Amino acid sequence: MMEVDVIRTENLTKKFGNFIAANELTFNVKKGEIFGFLGANGAGKTTAMRMLCGLLEPSSGKGMVAGYDIYTQRDDIKKNIGYMSQKFSLYDDLTVRENIRFYGGIYGLSRKEIAAKTAELLTELQLEKEAKVLVSQLPLGWKQKLAFSIAIVHDPQIVFLDEPTGGVDPVTRRQFWDLIYHASARGVTIFVTTHYMDEAEYCNRVSIMVDGVIAALDSPANLKLKYGANNMDEVFYQLARNATRGE
Amino acid sequence: MRILYYLLEKEFLQILRNKSILRMLIIAPIIQLILMPLAADFSVKNISIAVVDHDHSTVSRQLIKKITASGHFKLTGYKDSYLDGLSMVENDKADLLIEIPIGFERNLVRENSQKLFITINAIEGTKANLGGGYLQNIIRDYNSELRMKWIPPNSGPNRGQVISIASTNWYNPYMNYHLFIVPGILVSLLTAMSSMQAAFNIVQEKEQGTIEQINVTPIKKYIFILGKLLPFLVLSVIVFTLGLIVSKVFYNIWPVGNFGILYVSLIIYLFAMLGMGLLISTYSETQQQAMSLSFFFTMIFNMMSGMFTSLDSMPNWAKIVANLFPPSHFIKIMRMVVMKGSDYSDISSHLFWMFGIGLFLTTWAVLNYRKTIN
Amino acid sequence: MKKQNRSQLLTFIKKEFMHVFRDRKTLLMLFGLPIAQIILFGFALSNEIKNSKIIIIDYSNDITTKQLIEKIDASKYFDIDTRIESADGIEAEFKKGIAKMAIIFPPNFADNLQHTGKADIQVITDGSDPNVATAITTYISIIVNDYNAAYNHTSSLPLQINAEMRMMYNPELRGAPTFVPGVMALILMLVCTMMTSAAIVKEKELGTMEILLVSPFDPVSIIISKLTPYLLISILNLLIILFLSVTLLELEIKGNIFLLIFESILFILTSLSIGLLISVNATTQKGAMMTSLMSMMLPTMLLTGFMFPIENMPWPMQVFSNLVPSRWYFITIKNVMLKGLGFSSVWKETLILISMCVLLFSISLRKFKIRLE
Repeated sequence: MMEVDVIRTENLTKKFGNFIAANELTFNVKKGEIFGFLGANGAGKTTAMRMLCGLLEPSSGKGMVAGYDIYTQRDDIKKNIGYMSQKFSLYDDLTVRENIRFYGGIYGLSRKEIAAKTAELLTELQLEKEAKVLVSQLPLGWKQKLAFSIAIVHDPQIVFLDEPTGGVDPVTRRQFWDLIYHASARGVTIFVTTHYMDEAEYCNRVSIMVDGVIAALDSPANLKLKYGANNMDEVFYQLARNATRGE
Repeated sequence: MRILYYLLEKEFLQILRNKSILRMLIIAPIIQLILMPLAADFSVKNISIAVVDHDHSTVSRQLIKKITASGHFKLTGYKDSYLDGLSMVENDKADLLIEIPIGFERNLVRENSQKLFITINAIEGTKANLGGGYLQNIIRDYNSELRMKWIPPNSGPNRGQVISIASTNWYNPYMNYHLFIVPGILVSLLTAMSSMQAAFNIVQEKEQGTIEQINVTPIKKYIFILGKLLPFLVLSVIVFTLGLIVSKVFYNIWPVGNFGILYVSLIIYLFAMLGMGLLISTYSETQQQAMSLSFFFTMIFNMMSGMFTSLDSMPNWAKIVANLFPPSHFIKIMRMVVMKGSDYSDISSHLFWMFGIGLFLTTWAVLNYRKTIN
Repeated sequence: MKKQNRSQLLTFIKKEFMHVFRDRKTLLMLFGLPIAQIILFGFALSNEIKNSKIIIIDYSNDITTKQLIEKIDASKYFDIDTRIESADGIEAEFKKGIAKMAIIFPPNFADNLQHTGKADIQVITDGSDPNVATAITTYISIIVNDYNAAYNHTSSLPLQINAEMRMMYNPELRGAPTFVPGVMALILMLVCTMMTSAAIVKEKELGTMEILLVSPFDPVSIIISKLTPYLLISILNLLIILFLSVTLLELEIKGNIFLLIFESILFILTSLSIGLLISVNATTQKGAMMTSLMSMMLPTMLLTGFMFPIENMPWPMQVFSNLVPSRWYFITIKNVMLKGLGFSSVWKETLILISMCVLLFSISLRKFKIRLE
């Protein structure tokens, strides 16, 4: 597999007045990688992610996402990424099928592609019977799986997941990660923030943010070795306990 | 453009799915348009009058008969003392009290002049003013009749000169108040509906977080906004059309003028109102805020745009303020086209104003919308 | 109520105040609206029709017509436009919607008057606004009659009846006395209804209502704590309106101010109960607000009696207007504030408001409880 960087940042910084939310972030994410983005509340994860998605203009530093510049080519970036926020973001008052159709449509998929994608998604998620059910009536776990599938309906290069599994039972979380692996296997790069340290273990590499800077970045195995820890929980605790910012 | 299609499809699905809101948007205005004009009758015809006649003479009785026969007044009480009469005014049983003093007829003949007293409840200015005016005219008429009868021609002093008025009312010869009020109410309903919907709708996506999802898609901002506003434009045009049909069916009001002019004006009007809704939405984080703001303006529009009161009677500063409200112009256009058949050259200044306001509001909204994203 | 319960209730009410006061924009509107309305209605609106533009076409151009035109010109009711010289030009002016009336003096006006003792002025009004048309026709005839009378008086007319008029309560015929009570009724009603319905439904929408309902609180306390901030805000609003009316509009509160406030609180409670009822039935904020606004604004405005006299309405409308609480409140305010009458004059209205309030509140309470089970 060719090692191509789909995300590359250099000293990426965002200030809000005097407050430095993200301070000189430098990292890269390889194609097809599952990249975990950890950090305590208020560490600057969301700010970093919003800059990468073209939602927020950085104060300084460089950044390329999917081969496009995050200052000048935001529209191109948006075409090549998917996004799923911690706040559930499908339309409650539309049916499963209508949500797929809508997001497919605004990403510019043709009618045929939408039809094919819809069928494919419904089978994969085993939602064929629920195609005409309003999203508001689905259980939370299903909603989240559906939201993920819709976030990659246009086959983006990268998908950003902002705490995608909050409030979901362990079985559904496991199924959710199956979907992630499945997408990753197809070459979709996964950029995921999470609070669950067992999920961090599933990632190829993780970065841990503390007080606006990246405190550590490596594979889970290497991190555990480096900090002499048994699991990611301990690694995270060692790094984050000295944090001055919190909620 | 394909993207716009999918956006519109989604908006319409959402609007059509929520039956209770749809009912509010279409049925409520129609029902109100049918019923409210019945309530909105400003014609001053049933002024209630109480009489205190101390004289009990032929003249006083004739005068009272003359007053009640005029059609403007309704005799609601015939009292013996001034205080009894006054208490009728206090309790809103009478708007007007006329007191004929004792010796009225006798003094009139002996001294050639006699007073009578009128007390008016002036809380309602128009009624007071017009009521007083009608009453004075009736008394004068009666006075000249009396002269004609009692003074033989060519004897003594002359009977005086008489300039009289021959009046005609164009466009509405029978002074049908519905002709005036139905278009006004239609505009009022349309105003509440359009601005509020536009404001709510975008804020709802903000509050529910779906706007975040939209922001990471490659949708252009103006397409998104267009997708949000067009459905309400369509809905408003539908309500307007239904409103015209209701006006015809229930009140037999059918525009004298050109429908093309009416609809062109409607679209420009909606452009301005939806622009306002958009602007409100960019300043609101919650639906409650959006509602408060649009309610604020809708209320002021309803009262200040000449829907029910006369714009000309306002002081100059208020006229200038009213000029900045799109409904002031659209109401004028509606009435002009519906009743008088005015054409483009007559209404051009109003169209120009509405378009200008719309452009200003929309530009402001788009600039502010951009800012809030970052 | 037990002591512990009471402190719980207080905490709860405090929480509701936080919600309301955190939201500066809504708060600004809540207080800005009455202030703006009072200023606008106090100074901008009046029921009186004045400054109407009229066209005068004088084919005669003699002393009499000149005198009459001068008289008309001196009246505050009219602005004269003399640009139009022939009757053919009237229609175009009417169609532009600027002129409201045209007065035509036929040729040889003074001559006719002198020889026959009679002359006619032709008056054409734009009937598209019947109210204005009627009013200005009346004004013109008053001016002309005055002119007749003045002329005739100099030649000492016999049998003269002089009507002496006295305007009660509002001698200058200002708009404010009619509008202030109306605006009070309108604002209190709509603000209370909309704000409460939206605030309660918002908790439903966000799912926090569930949390409240599983707390050891009884529904009545939940409702009371939800309503309290809006009750206080409305009372504050009321005081602002009264203060502005007295200072800015120079409107005198003639009756007992405590009676006035008592009646107002009663009305506020009734409006809050309506808001509560709407919120029980609505599932989304948007739905609640649309219901409050689309179904309440116009009926409140039209059926309260401050814009259009209720006795002019057809009987079904009159019957229906009995159901509008603001109608009864409006009468109360007029009697107490403007006329200075006491409780004896408004006991009936008070009783009606109390029954409406109790009825609405118990219905919504019952519905609220049913939803819980």
